[in-house]
Amino acid sequence: MTAHSVTHQIMWNRLISVVEEQAQALVRTAFSTSVREAGDLSAGVYDIEGRMLAQAVTGTPGHVNAMAEAVAHFMREIGTDTMAEGDVYITNDPWMGTGHLHDITVVTPAFHQGRHVGYFGCTAHVVDVGGRGFGSDANSVYEEGLQIPIMRFADRGTVDQTLLRMIRVNTREPDQLIGDLYALAACNEIGQRRLSEMLAEYATADLSEISTYILSASEKATIDRIAALPAGTASATMQIDGYSMPVTLACSVAVHPNHIACDFTGTSAPDPKGINVPMVYTRAYACYALKCAIAPDIPNNAASLAPFRITAPEDTIVNAVHPAPVALRHVIGHLIPDTVFGALDQLLPATVPAEGAGALCNFQMSIRPTTAEGSRAEVLTFNSGGSGARPVLDGLNATAFPSGVMTMPVEATEHAGPVIIWRKELRPDSGGAGESRGGLGQYMEVGTRPGHAFDFSAMFDRVDHPARGRHGGQEGGATSVRLSDGTALGGKGRTRVPEGATVQLAFPGGGGYGDPRNRAPQAVARDLRLGYISEDTARNTYGLSEAQIRDALA
Amino acid sequence: MPNSAIRAGVDIGGTFTDVVLETPQGRHSTKVLTTYAAPEDAILEGLARVCQQSGVAMQDIGQVIHGTTLATNALIERRGARTAFITTEGFRDVIEMRTESRFEQYDLNLRLPDPLIPRNDRLTLSERVDATGTVLRPLDRAAVEALADTLGDYDSVAVGFLHSYLNPAHERLVREVIAARQPHLSVSLSSDVSPQMREYERFNTTCANAYVKPMMAAYLSRLRERLAAAGADCPVFLMHSGGGIMSLEDAAEYPVRLVESGPAGGAIFAADIARRYGLDRVLSFDMGGTTAKICLIRAGTPKTARVFEVARSYRFKKGSGMPISIPVIDMVEIGAGGGSLASVNALGQIQVGPESAGSEPGPACYGRGGARPAVTDADLVLGRLDPDNFADGTIPLHPDASANALDTHLAQHTGTDTTMAAFGLSEVVDENMANAARVHAVENGEDLAGYTMIAFGGAAPLHAGRLCEKLAIDRLIVPPGAGVGSAIGFLRAPYAFEATRSVYMRLDAFDEAAVTSLLAELRKEAETFVRACDATAPIHAETKLYMRYKGQGWEIPVPLPDGTTPSAATLLSLFEDAYTTLFGRTVAGLPVEVTVWAVNAATPVDAPAETPPPASGTTADISRHRTLFSPTNQSTVTAPEVARTALTDGAQVHGPAVITESETTIIVPAGFTATGRSDGCIDIRKGVPA
Repeated sequence: MTAHSVTHQIMWNRLISVVEEQAQALVRTAFSTSVREAGDLSAGVYDIEGRMLAQAVTGTPGHVNAMAEAVAHFMREIGTDTMAEGDVYITNDPWMGTGHLHDITVVTPAFHQGRHVGYFGCTAHVVDVGGRGFGSDANSVYEEGLQIPIMRFADRGTVDQTLLRMIRVNTREPDQLIGDLYALAACNEIGQRRLSEMLAEYATADLSEISTYILSASEKATIDRIAALPAGTASATMQIDGYSMPVTLACSVAVHPNHIACDFTGTSAPDPKGINVPMVYTRAYACYALKCAIAPDIPNNAASLAPFRITAPEDTIVNAVHPAPVALRHVIGHLIPDTVFGALDQLLPATVPAEGAGALCNFQMSIRPTTAEGSRAEVLTFNSGGSGARPVLDGLNATAFPSGVMTMPVEATEHAGPVIIWRKELRPDSGGAGESRGGLGQYMEVGTRPGHAFDFSAMFDRVDHPARGRHGGQEGGATSVRLSDGTALGGKGRTRVPEGATVQLAFPGGGGYGDPRNRAPQAVARDLRLGYISEDTARNTYGLSEAQIRDALA
Repeated sequence: MPNSAIRAGVDIGGTFTDVVLETPQGRHSTKVLTTYAAPEDAILEGLARVCQQSGVAMQDIGQVIHGTTLATNALIERRGARTAFITTEGFRDVIEMRTESRFEQYDLNLRLPDPLIPRNDRLTLSERVDATGTVLRPLDRAAVEALADTLGDYDSVAVGFLHSYLNPAHERLVREVIAARQPHLSVSLSSDVSPQMREYERFNTTCANAYVKPMMAAYLSRLRERLAAAGADCPVFLMHSGGGIMSLEDAAEYPVRLVESGPAGGAIFAADIARRYGLDRVLSFDMGGTTAKICLIRAGTPKTARVFEVARSYRFKKGSGMPISIPVIDMVEIGAGGGSLASVNALGQIQVGPESAGSEPGPACYGRGGARPAVTDADLVLGRLDPDNFADGTIPLHPDASANALDTHLAQHTGTDTTMAAFGLSEVVDENMANAARVHAVENGEDLAGYTMIAFGGAAPLHAGRLCEKLAIDRLIVPPGAGVGSAIGFLRAPYAFEATRSVYMRLDAFDEAAVTSLLAELRKEAETFVRACDATAPIHAETKLYMRYKGQGWEIPVPLPDGTTPSAATLLSLFEDAYTTLFGRTVAGLPVEVTVWAVNAATPVDAPAETPPPASGTTADISRHRTLFSPTNQSTVTAPEVARTALTDGAQVHGPAVITESETTIIVPAGFTATGRSDGCIDIRKGVPA
């Protein structure tokens, strides 16, 4: 190490801090709840060849690889020789951006002292892009909303007013959407300002030297990790609910000396409805699962992601092609890591967790008044089930995985519209039994204030296919959705709820790991005392004696 | 006889209890090891020492102002009362489910912190209030009585119902019933402790208050008795996290307000220096043994926030602690101190902190068995510390041990020599702190250009110069008394209390009558707290609103200038100005709303006398020269060493240079000039005057 390499390390740290700042600016100014409350966004910096050098760690692994690839599409479509200072480019193409029309990607060429040195890119999930609205019921991407091809949002500083007018008339929430577009452009601008300051401070003309350093150090560190793994191939399948019919996710993982190949041959065909996944999103979640298990501490960039080679046959549900409907690609996408872990578990013992709730348990309520005093409202909430048990740790209760987004406070949601959340608490006995127990899911019950009725739009999986345990661990509790009169509802689709009725939800728990009879009796006693499990489970599943049960509850 | 001009500031920290006594004749200070079993012992000993030094009797002390980390430590170490939490049926797990997210995305073995109150101590009652404050389900008194009868084994009870910040009736009924049936129980209501929207933060804050209340109430009453017995029968006040002073009785009722009172004192200390030098924009930088704290001070007043996190369990990472929503001086705290340990990661990069060597075994150079290199080891190897004069010569340092630790743990893994490893370590920790400062500035809509840094705490003066270079800050002030800055700060704080309330109001549905009565109520509440400290002083009240575009999730603070009558038009224009300052431009056509209303009542603080301009420049006497690594030149240079006492008013030394004193060492970077000032500050500015 020389003074030079200390400087390189400092500049790398600085670039990571620059993209974190870029992301923070977006959270502070965005309007969509998905961005500002839940953190559904990402931000990155790229070198002049379009290689991603650093990416902010946000709540969305789904943007990891997708973002890394996006800038290359912009360079090709816009033409690098036409790029100028003050330009801002935009798209929401699901296949070149991040998987559905609701994600807007904005790329800005970065200049330093008049010289084009790289790019800043960012993505955010916006509230509405027209079409049928956010949901699973479209038959093709054309019904899902306005499509914006890769194009200039601003040309040398001048925003394209024609584009803005087109967007305005194609969305239910024009002010918020336009506000979000400006927030995206502004956050790239902040990144560009900080980058220029850094280059000036270190008297460096461009990013070429630091780029070489970052990419070669990352590639070496990642390949070192892969080379240390035992070579081999394994495969796994997982069946999930899907929408029109059950879906099989199939995955094989092959460890080679300098890369890992992960392929989804054997996975089901696309669904007629909007739960299909473009390849970028599949790559993102498969890669996320592999990185968590193999190289969690190596920052994301083009070189640290490259050794994870993800493939899937065209025209499957994980490599859906235009014009397949893709709005709810997250429901299937979030279950990809569990499939990858199924294969990885055979190659890397005692590393990956059992299956978990996987997909976020989101739902949307469209509320309408039944009297003159009431008001309309669209309320979207984010909720989580339990994560899978780990080899030596229990799963996490009601915590998002693999997504990293946050839930909204009940009190904040109740201020957003005339909604009443009657219940939101842990669901005992939903964590799959095991030597390590799966994380608990949660109960919710939702309705409206008097004088209102609502439509309930479900976006759930694991109704018919609960999270499976591993190595003798048992499955977690399944999702259930019903009306307060007892009518069972499906995991996906829209239901009209009668006035005065509520929807009662039980979100899934994670699978267990290892034989429950091997669970430490103190851990079982603690679970019983805390009410994570019932007396019956303590007795029948874990084999606690009557005396032990009495002690635990004393 | 108590003399109101004789005041004592007392700061109980994790390692030391600092005591400062100010008399009309001057200031005396001392440090005593904190006595955990009976923290008042160290205070009494410290007071006895400073009284002796200054020749005053205990009986002469007019006022004791106290800040303490005891409440914070009880939360971190989970040494609080047996506490029950009573909440709305259906919401038993709010404090356990948190935000349902992971604060670290890639760690498959992540552990979430345990909730402060375990699930079997969380009890529910059937009741419900909606977001307008209307009762949807009444609370049945008989059910409360039945529950109260089961609480005999607890010491403290927290009560938090949904939307109680709008309608506290149900919480108050619970308190009334408990008072009647279990009078031994200490009760904390969420509508009193933290009447703000967002149940996770409010409930957690209330649980924290209940958890530390019996212990803090007992401690505070013991302290007053012991002081009185020792002759110091004077009023005792407490520094709170918002940077003001509250009465001992209020502190015993709301002890969660004492969390972070020590660091708040540090920020007040820096703010006082800022006023003395007429500085509008100041970055205070406090670096000790395990953490560094950074705070923005505008116009002599530290920035404040409404929520912060204590007890972070995972590398100081945001989200890994518990949120406390009370008015607080807004600081970033990162795991960077003299004891922070370094290692090499998978990428061949040096990483520093947040793991710390603490005081036992300490950095390798202490020679007490520490084998891994700490920041202090790098400082020693780079020539910033004198091995024979560390901590006034009480701790001899071993440069060989430092070099050995740096070689074994860093140099050998990165293919470099000892000096470059030390430089790498130091640069990484400085860059970590600089990045934290940059992000904090951005979050507050500030650009650090034009700021002055005020540095205190044992390790800060060693690193402040480099930090200024990294942040393009041209001026650095190192005040005297830097080792006991918080305790001095207590003596500069006003009697102050901020009352806040969550009430949502859109400007297009502005209800002037409701606003007027809400603000009057908040003002009365805040003034009552201040009156408990001082019955006669004039009280100045400031109103601040938190506003946003409807649909946004983040409010921005909008101060209401004195004498402004709040109207929709005035508020809109104030909001748009503040929004433009933060984010560059407003968003046309969207409704604006107020979410939180805050009134801060405070007694005026005497404006400190401005420090006169320095005498004309003389050159300070150089004690000797030493070898110093200059990061600016990235090489070793020979630098002059000057005793702080030699930097009399107007005396100067040009960087690179070292200024030595008993408490710490100040490094003057190349290209900067240090000037002694009449008040004992060292004023370091970029440039080499002709």
